[in-house]
Amino acid sequence: MIEVKDISKRFGAIQAVDNVSFTAEQGEILGFLGPNGAGKSTTMRMITGFLAPSSGTASVCGHDILTAPVAAKRQIGYLPENAPAYAEMTATSFLQFAGELRGFGGAELNGKVEAAIERCRLEKVRNQSVGTLSKGYKQRVCFAQAVLHDPPVLIMDEPTDGLDPNQKHIVRTMIKDMAEKKTIIISTHILEEVDAVCSRAIIISDGRLVANGTPEELRSASRTHGAVEVVFKEPVAGAAGALRALSSADDVDEAGAKCTVYKGGQDGGDLFADVAKLLREKSWPMISLRTLDGRLDEVFQNLTIGDDLSRVG
Amino acid sequence: MNASITIAKRELKSYFESPVAYVFLVVFLMLTGFLTFYVSSYYEVRQADLSRSFFIWHPWVYLLLVPAASMRLWAEERRAGTIELLLTMPVTMLQAIVGKFLAAWVFLLIALALTFPVVCTTAYLGAPDVGAIIGGYLGSALLAGTYLSVGMLTSATTRNQVISFVLSLVICLLLLMAGWPPVTEIFAKWAPDWLVRCVASFSFMPHFDSLQRGVLDLRDLAYYVSVMAFMLFGTHLILENRK
Ligand SMILES: Nc1ncnc2c1ncn2[C@@H]1O[C@H](COP(=O)(O)OP(=O)(O)O)[C@@H](O)[C@H]1O
Ligand SMILES: [Mg+2]
Repeated sequence: MIEVKDISKRFGAIQAVDNVSFTAEQGEILGFLGPNGAGKSTTMRMITGFLAPSSGTASVCGHDILTAPVAAKRQIGYLPENAPAYAEMTATSFLQFAGELRGFGGAELNGKVEAAIERCRLEKVRNQSVGTLSKGYKQRVCFAQAVLHDPPVLIMDEPTDGLDPNQKHIVRTMIKDMAEKKTIIISTHILEEVDAVCSRAIIISDGRLVANGTPEELRSASRTHGAVEVVFKEPVAGAAGALRALSSADDVDEAGAKCTVYKGGQDGGDLFADVAKLLREKSWPMISLRTLDGRLDEVFQNLTIGDDLSRVG
Repeated sequence: MNASITIAKRELKSYFESPVAYVFLVVFLMLTGFLTFYVSSYYEVRQADLSRSFFIWHPWVYLLLVPAASMRLWAEERRAGTIELLLTMPVTMLQAIVGKFLAAWVFLLIALALTFPVVCTTAYLGAPDVGAIIGGYLGSALLAGTYLSVGMLTSATTRNQVISFVLSLVICLLLLMAGWPPVTEIFAKWAPDWLVRCVASFSFMPHFDSLQRGVLDLRDLAYYVSVMAFMLFGTHLILENRK
């Protein structure tokens, strides 16, 4: 559906995007992760035809963005960063304008506009000018513009940025509702969003693609993946040392009554079984024992190191 | 073409949704009225001749007002970020440029059309030369379009409307002065005749001169059309280059 091939973009001395390739299929919600300035927006702008790649290309539903830009754009619904919209227009007239540019007219146009207003729950503000809307509504007006023509491909640049938790929930629900029949790419620097909506994620750092996989796959690269967490009733002296001594354990983090036992390198032993066995032998009073999934933020930080860490969201 | 018209309609509507448009129209009408009736001493001349009292001012009035009307065309889209929406719609760059140009031109033509009381006054005072009036309006419309194409180009270079305004004013002023008799006479004193005529031929002035006298020369028409085409092409180049 979307195929990005070795795409690069250079702004003067800045290499904003460096040889990025990936594909996205129908039914997929692809999360585009990266710290601020990583090149997420630039990549999306190239796919949507707003920026021309310095090298490489992309195709959307089989239409190359360089040789058939208009055909490619027809397949795309695009929500740019910060949801721009003509401030002086009312929500309805803005959507009508977008619909007309998409080639609709007459009753069909009105039908599409009404459907988009309903789908994005804009009835309350339909006659208000866009410039006077709250951030959440403005985002939804621009969102409505992107889905108005029911495009097979939806590209959204930080669709939930700056929204309150309820608004975020609404937008995510709207995205998930459409996922089945579409190819969706959303960029974000909010990691929880990946778990909330994405079926696959790409991590991009300094313009380069550094990871590509399902959230589970990405998590498995984390140090905490497969680690065992024990919570004792109260701090136990010597517990950390005993756990560290296990052959399948690598290291132990101790925080109060909680010990996190990391998996040891090569030996491939069953850490959970070993920990459980030790605990049975010692019979320290404990509250919980569980295997950890791994943390996305850890993977994210490891992969995007070198970027300014204070900017990592 | 449909896309251009959709874009033009939105653009034209947005002119009238801001108070600036009305200020513009009022200033344009007051300024032309003032220059025609007071500075040209229209009544005292007692001559039902619009070319020397009315149309003669248009190149100067447009110099201020057309850049004001064109400065927002691209600069504002860029500032507000809406250019990203517009150019990711299934439209070509050319369609977008033509759409915006048409909208601004129609806006200027509306302003021009609102000067009809001047014509009525002339018709009332004497028997004016209808051909000259039509020629004058045609020339004025073409001149407005030509200024506009310059303003469109400068608007595409920046996100700052003020910069766009100043740039297009300067370029239009240069193009105007290059063929204005008081200036050409100064140059004629030392520069070779062919050079003066060559530079002057790039100017709006001589071409407007003959039109406002009611002489419709195809060469003048060709001049205006080619300047507009050149400027729109330049706009296209700039916008593509900034991608
Ligand atoms: N039009 C531009 N001109 C110059 N540099 C730009 C431009 N757009 C983006 N950049 C730079 O490219 C890099 C990537 O930016 P961007 O794609 O917006 O990152 P992200 O969306 O991941 O936060 C940044 O360093 C940014 O400063
Ligand atoms: Mg961005």
